Amino acid sequence: MKYLRIFAIVLLSMVVIASLGAGFLSSAGYATQFREAPNAGPSSTHWLGTDQLGRDRFARILYGTRVSLLLAPAAALISTLLAALIGGVAGFVGGAWKRLATSLIDLVLSLPWLFLLITVRALLPLNVSPLTSVIVTFLLLGLLGWAASARVMCAWAGVVRNSDFVLQARATGVRGCRLAIVHVLPNLKPLLFAQFWISIPVFILAEANLGILGLGVAEPLPSWGSLLRELEDLALYSGDLWKLVPLVLLIVVVSSFELLLSRNEVSA
Amino acid sequence: MSILQRIVRLILTMIATVLIGTLVTGMLVRLAPGFDVDAQQLDSRLGHESKEALREQRLRNADIAHFSIAYLGAAASGDFGMSLTLNRPVRELIAERFPTTLRIVGLGLLGGWLLAVVFAFSAVLLHRAAYDAATTTISSALLCVPSAVMALLFVLFRAPAQFAIALIVFPRLFRYARNVLANSYAMPHIITARAKGLGPVRVLCGHVVPVSAAPLLALAGVSVSIALGAAIPVEALCGIPGIGQLAWQAALGRDLPLLVTSTILVTLVTLTANTISDLVTCSLSPSRA
Repeated sequence: MKYLRIFAIVLLSMVVIASLGAGFLSSAGYATQFREAPNAGPSSTHWLGTDQLGRDRFARILYGTRVSLLLAPAAALISTLLAALIGGVAGFVGGAWKRLATSLIDLVLSLPWLFLLITVRALLPLNVSPLTSVIVTFLLLGLLGWAASARVMCAWAGVVRNSDFVLQARATGVRGCRLAIVHVLPNLKPLLFAQFWISIPVFILAEANLGILGLGVAEPLPSWGSLLRELEDLALYSGDLWKLVPLVLLIVVVSSFELLLSRNEVSA
Repeated sequence: MSILQRIVRLILTMIATVLIGTLVTGMLVRLAPGFDVDAQQLDSRLGHESKEALREQRLRNADIAHFSIAYLGAAASGDFGMSLTLNRPVRELIAERFPTTLRIVGLGLLGGWLLAVVFAFSAVLLHRAAYDAATTTISSALLCVPSAVMALLFVLFRAPAQFAIALIVFPRLFRYARNVLANSYAMPHIITARAKGLGPVRVLCGHVVPVSAAPLLALAGVSVSIALGAAIPVEALCGIPGIGQLAWQAALGRDLPLLVTSTILVTLVTLTANTISDLVTCSLSPSRA
């Protein structure tokens, strides 16, 4: 497993570097249209061909990967912070606050994830600028995806609160914020990291689902979701298998995260 | 917590969900852009007084508290309003589509559970590293495929949509089921039973199933939630007229009454499934209560 993890780290690093260097690796922009060559096959000019509108598929994959790989961790950070705030504080304070937080968490968890996402996404205008749509989509993922992590944080904060060293700290007169910051928070850190890593692939997949359903990032800005929409027009036996590259890349990246997070889960 | 307390808690949670959901719907409908504009006000055939009356009616509804109470009252009598995109009562649309979703989600769950249990049992019983690695790789690969892509692949292969739900549910159940079974087979009393020469079927039925049933059933409620979530992309992309497709159409058309009502309904189904699985788990294993 150790070698697999190293392989996953190398692979992820390569994908991140390639996406950050999209401007150097690809001569065309993600929105540049080659009107004379729509639906073209792979060539020396367009390594992965062009889409229906004549846009370079390779460039769009690189830029789309950048959008998904930069913003999914940002959304994961928001959801982890919310989980720490709601679950961690409730677990630390205990009593009625814990019961209230647990009820809220149970209620949010009983809402099927995709139903909740599309409901809240539909509240916001759909015909917004591409940049706004990116921010809205990932912000939404971050703001709605905290419940599962909060439940774990709440349980663990309760365990830490009742531990011997916290009891001893209380006995020596440490109270309130100082107790939380000096004694409880450092013990929640490994769990926070684990929840952060677990959330990244979940949000990447959620964005892909939203994108395919037309509720994600708006065109012409690419993301994995909008790139995968192309599969709708894919005739499986037409031999256009290069159109499957975004899907393969998505599976590789999410698998790499899965391999990485096993280590974090264990250490947590 | 006793069974009665759990049932009371479920009922209270359901009431809270419906109340919050309907209030939120009312507020969302009120706050949605374009609420205070009526197309009738642009009708040149209407006189000034008629237009003023329409405007006053709109202003009365502009009070969120008044609007929400009126909406809640209507919802209590089963009137969830009109669908803005389909121009039909929401109640009628949901009654029409719900059986389809129940059917494909039910079949998908059955398929997912069958696959997960069969692969988990075979992985634990065979105890071969290659087989274990193969099943783990397949389930991990399936976990990395977005539900919508799975649905698209099923459209391309012209395969029945319920199998897409089965393949979405399967990897999430398989890992857990395999771990539960592996832990059960490692228990001292089961090792003793095997050492005494009990056949695999007797060990399975007499010792493993009673130990594993409770933790596996605990996952039943969660699997319902996963399957219902998968119903949106599967129904939307495979063209199945169910609640998932309805919710997707409503989201694209920003049809909030329809969207929120279908979400509340799906939440109630999930809550019921979770509580039933909880009650069965507790009755099988009282120590977990």
